[in-house]
Amino acid sequence: MQFPFLSVIVFTPLVAALIILMLPARRKDLVRSVALAAATLDLILSAWVYLTYLLQGLDGYQFVEQYSWLPTLGISLHFGVDGMSTPLILLTGIVMFTGVLISWGEERNGVSAGIQDRPREFFAFLFILASGVFGVFASLDLFMLFFFYEIAVFPMYLLIVIWGWVVTREYAAMKLTLYLFVGSVISLVGALAMVWTAYQNTGVLSFDLLHLEQAGFSAEFQRLWFLPVFLGFAVLGGIWPFHNWSPDGHVAAPTAVSMFHAGVLMKLGAFAALRVGIMLMPQGAKEWSWLILGLATVNVVYGAFIAFVQTDFKYVIGFSSVSHMGLVMMGFATLSREGLLGAGLQMFSHGVMTALFFAVVGMVYDRAHTRHIPDLGGFAKVMPYPAIGFIIGGLVSMGMPGFSGFIAEFPIFMGVWKTQWLIAVIAAVSIVVTASYILIIVRRVFFGEASEVLLHHHVGDVTPLDKLAIVTLCAFMVGLGLFPGLMAPMVGRGVDYILHLLGGA
Amino acid sequence: MTTETILWLIPLPPLLAFFLIVLFTNRWRGLSHSLAIGAAFLSWLGSMAVFVRAVGTHELGRHPFTQSIPWLPTADTWLRIGVYLDPLGAAVLFFVAWTILMIFIYSVGYHNYGQPQGDHDVKGLPPHGATVKDAHGHAHKVPSVEPMYSRFFAFISLFAFGMYLLVVSDNLLTLFVGWEIMGLCSYLLIGFWYGKPSARDAAVKAFMTTRIGDVFMLLGIAFLYSATGSLSFATIFREDVLHTLASVPTPILGLSAAGLISLLLFIGTVGKSAQWPLHVWLPDAMEGPTPVSAMIHAATMVSAGVYAVIRMFPLLRLDAGTMSIVAFIGAFTALFAATIAVAQNDIKRVLAYSTISQLGYMIAAAGIGAYVAAAFHLITHAFFKALLFLGSGSVIHGMEHGVLHTGEHIDPQNMFNMGGLRKKMPITFWTFLIGGFALAGFPLVTAGFWSKDEILADAFGHGHLAVFLTLAVAAFLTAFYTMRQITLTFLGEPRTKAAEHAQETPWTMTLPLIVLAIFAVAYGWVGIPEHFPILGGVVPNWFHEFVGSTLSEMPEAAPFNWVPLLTSLLVSLGGLGLGWWVYRGVRTVEEDKFQIPVLKNKWYFDEAYTFLFVRPSYWFAEKVVYLALDKGLIDGVLHTIGRSAAVIGTALRTYIDKAIINETIGDGTAKVVKSSGAELRPIQSGRLQQYMVASLLAFLLITALLYYFLVLA
Repeated sequence: MQFPFLSVIVFTPLVAALIILMLPARRKDLVRSVALAAATLDLILSAWVYLTYLLQGLDGYQFVEQYSWLPTLGISLHFGVDGMSTPLILLTGIVMFTGVLISWGEERNGVSAGIQDRPREFFAFLFILASGVFGVFASLDLFMLFFFYEIAVFPMYLLIVIWGWVVTREYAAMKLTLYLFVGSVISLVGALAMVWTAYQNTGVLSFDLLHLEQAGFSAEFQRLWFLPVFLGFAVLGGIWPFHNWSPDGHVAAPTAVSMFHAGVLMKLGAFAALRVGIMLMPQGAKEWSWLILGLATVNVVYGAFIAFVQTDFKYVIGFSSVSHMGLVMMGFATLSREGLLGAGLQMFSHGVMTALFFAVVGMVYDRAHTRHIPDLGGFAKVMPYPAIGFIIGGLVSMGMPGFSGFIAEFPIFMGVWKTQWLIAVIAAVSIVVTASYILIIVRRVFFGEASEVLLHHHVGDVTPLDKLAIVTLCAFMVGLGLFPGLMAPMVGRGVDYILHLLGGA
Repeated sequence: MTTETILWLIPLPPLLAFFLIVLFTNRWRGLSHSLAIGAAFLSWLGSMAVFVRAVGTHELGRHPFTQSIPWLPTADTWLRIGVYLDPLGAAVLFFVAWTILMIFIYSVGYHNYGQPQGDHDVKGLPPHGATVKDAHGHAHKVPSVEPMYSRFFAFISLFAFGMYLLVVSDNLLTLFVGWEIMGLCSYLLIGFWYGKPSARDAAVKAFMTTRIGDVFMLLGIAFLYSATGSLSFATIFREDVLHTLASVPTPILGLSAAGLISLLLFIGTVGKSAQWPLHVWLPDAMEGPTPVSAMIHAATMVSAGVYAVIRMFPLLRLDAGTMSIVAFIGAFTALFAATIAVAQNDIKRVLAYSTISQLGYMIAAAGIGAYVAAAFHLITHAFFKALLFLGSGSVIHGMEHGVLHTGEHIDPQNMFNMGGLRKKMPITFWTFLIGGFALAGFPLVTAGFWSKDEILADAFGHGHLAVFLTLAVAAFLTAFYTMRQITLTFLGEPRTKAAEHAQETPWTMTLPLIVLAIFAVAYGWVGIPEHFPILGGVVPNWFHEFVGSTLSEMPEAAPFNWVPLLTSLLVSLGGLGLGWWVYRGVRTVEEDKFQIPVLKNKWYFDEAYTFLFVRPSYWFAEKVVYLALDKGLIDGVLHTIGRSAAVIGTALRTYIDKAIINETIGDGTAKVVKSSGAELRPIQSGRLQQYMVASLLAFLLITALLYYFLVLA
């Protein structure tokens, strides 16, 4: 039997969380070391899975494992990854690893960076969340997908309420949790409807996604159920007008949680919307794609404009995520090869990029104690790594060639142009606006006149672990930008499968 | 090595140099510049090699050198990246390689290599000079070395990489990649002295303005790809593909698909080559160090825009509507920018506007179908404009030397602080004079004359009279402001002490000037029209034959006519003469009659754009999208839902839950039980007789009922 890579990846954080909870609370560095070890293990394993998939030129679902769980209801623990989900597994590994690195932080005269308050509980919750995220990306069983989905959402509330930004944490945590639960409940109803109808159609009661793909849902059924299922999940992807939890949530969350949240969790929503919505109900997707395309376009332009006028550093990034996730949904909505390919790449690229952004914002905030952009300035001198990291991330977000953002956005725009050129023109406005807000921040925060804050607080440089996190994230963005062949063919094969389900559209 | 292999290798050395400098050699100045110049030299060598081979290849236009590999998978195939060299590419590569190499060498001297570190120099600001003691113990100030010396060479290496990549690429995608890399480098280099707020603003302005053009270009590329399924030049320019594109209508402006695509791509050029209405960034770009200005204005960025238009010419010419727009924008820009140049006092700003104006010539030439003339002027202009910028940098450098020496607080870039520099800086003077005369189109001996004359001849010969007249007036103004510049800077007597103490610059700066000056003269001779009186036919019109063969059918040279030639002679000599005559005695800026406010303020375009675009977009983003929509409507709805939920909840609790449900089911049930219990208590008296009576009555009742239902019914 093959080594059960996926189960190990999924359950490592959970086991680590339990171990961490048993450690003495005083031994903060021990807690952190265990966390880092677990995160490193997961990164290596996910990189292994990714490289195996890439180098062997695999196709379809691989690393499949299946364990019977509740046979009477047709529920099993069924794991497997394809060209779409493998990059996301890697992404989660990266974000988990870097998230632990930047949470390590330091505590010295006036600076309290990273997580210094109860790191034991923090890492335990964070890792439960990570398990859930890995689980969703790897699940081939609808029930398990929901199960992991809720596991991923639930610790978020505690993480934000306990470790979040004092001013808005209760409001934001509540808002976020309500939105996401309501969304998932709506999807769940749709999912149950699917399972039941599939039972009636085929006589087999099963939550298996591969089974449901072949269930032959009627056009009528798909028309009715596609929207609730897709939108229910897309709430977590930040689709307009259900995006509102996300900037508030990102801002209130502690740094590592924001990284997870914008970097991975939003992909979870988009991925589930694709996996359950589009792939199980392709007819419905075709029927409603115009609406999704419309909403996503609003996301793209709208998010960019709002980001442009924010004065809170973290809100800028929060709204930029709304804008960039819109590109993912736009790509989905084209239902074309280019669009889906771009969307797949954008999920990875945006995940890494936004994780980096939030990490940098956190580093600045921990040292400056403010995120008000006009009060910041001159940080390039004292913390060059975050500055360069932010610039690289900014170039990714502007879609600059040579960085991962370009190879993701370019196919999306081509796909959208083919589908509806006017939408492409409207969405293109966001490119200009994005460039402006990124440049405004770079100019103001990093290269502007040294601010009062900077001079007054004796702000120091970030820790070596922070630098390692920045370098890791940047390496992926630049590497993918220069050699899209490292990911695009894999995603392309995942897209082929989706197109096959869509009937070669 | 095959030509294709060399083509692949040409862009790489500068990229490698960039990484090496940034990662490893940042600390060692000499090593850094050696790496950068070495890389530029390798690229130059490669370019010359392929150029020579290209010239020696028969029918290169039909069978260009090309090779490609897959890069990004899309639809059914991969988007390929590759290299491509046809006669046009070879000609462009030639000037790019020369100018880049010269600018690199020049930068060593410009940034004061070998000078001491400055007393108070900080990163992000230009060097302020260092105090040194001479043999006698007298302290005096000398120029100090640039604090971010290595970084500069890293950035311009990346810039060079972008340009080489753009020129050798075989498709629009890689062209766009190079294009964007240059946009990024222009941002980094214009804002090189980021300690100056004006430099930061200029960098952002340049990036944003060109970015607006780029977005249109990207859309054009997307359109082209969805229409043809390919971005490679070889495929797009196939007869059948062009034919299809020309015949597909679009809903916009009645243009064909070909017309709309080329219009979108052209807007990219408008941004990159600073054509009206996206010209506003170029003059501000003067905030960067002077070699950067030369890079942007001659060797790379703005030339790239014109190159793209010439490259896409087979597509562009399919639609007469687009051609007219292109011709109009070009001609208008040529004249409009020339008027502004007349009233500028900063030596670099004059040149900046002259660049905009000259680019307008090229664009206009492309718009009237003068393919070869546009390419010719692109190349000659690159040489003499690089020369002029480097020359102006040399002047400023010499002036700064004087400023440091005398301690005067004057602007070393203002021409009204100069004068008489011809004696102090003879090499700079003579080379600048050659460059200036080339720009003004001084007859017969300068390259600028031949290329500009060809454009005018084409415009006249093919009946574009309006374009012809506009360009002629612009040419007159060009000659005029060029002579104004030369007169104010070099002729007459020094106006300040600093100018008296100006000093010739080191050989690393003057050598590039001399090399470029040779090209600014000699490059014209390769394109002398065949029917030109006396000179025509002495040297064959090699340029026309060579570059013309890029197109599937050789474009016809305009027939010789005396009208454009005489016009050309008249405006050039007239402008030069008038410029000298007006400014020969001008001592102060007050005596200058051409300081017209509207011209000085660049026709108020910056102000207008702030009013029309910048402020409204802030307003839109802030008030409409953020406050009204996001905070107002969506959050409003949300909070309303929240509040309504509270209201509904309270209502439910008060009026239904507590009042009805609780009363009937919850407490109600209990109350009923309780009260029933109370009501029923009297029954439970404890007297046996009473129970017996009750039992008997019950028994009788049940028996009666049973009898009734079972027997009677």
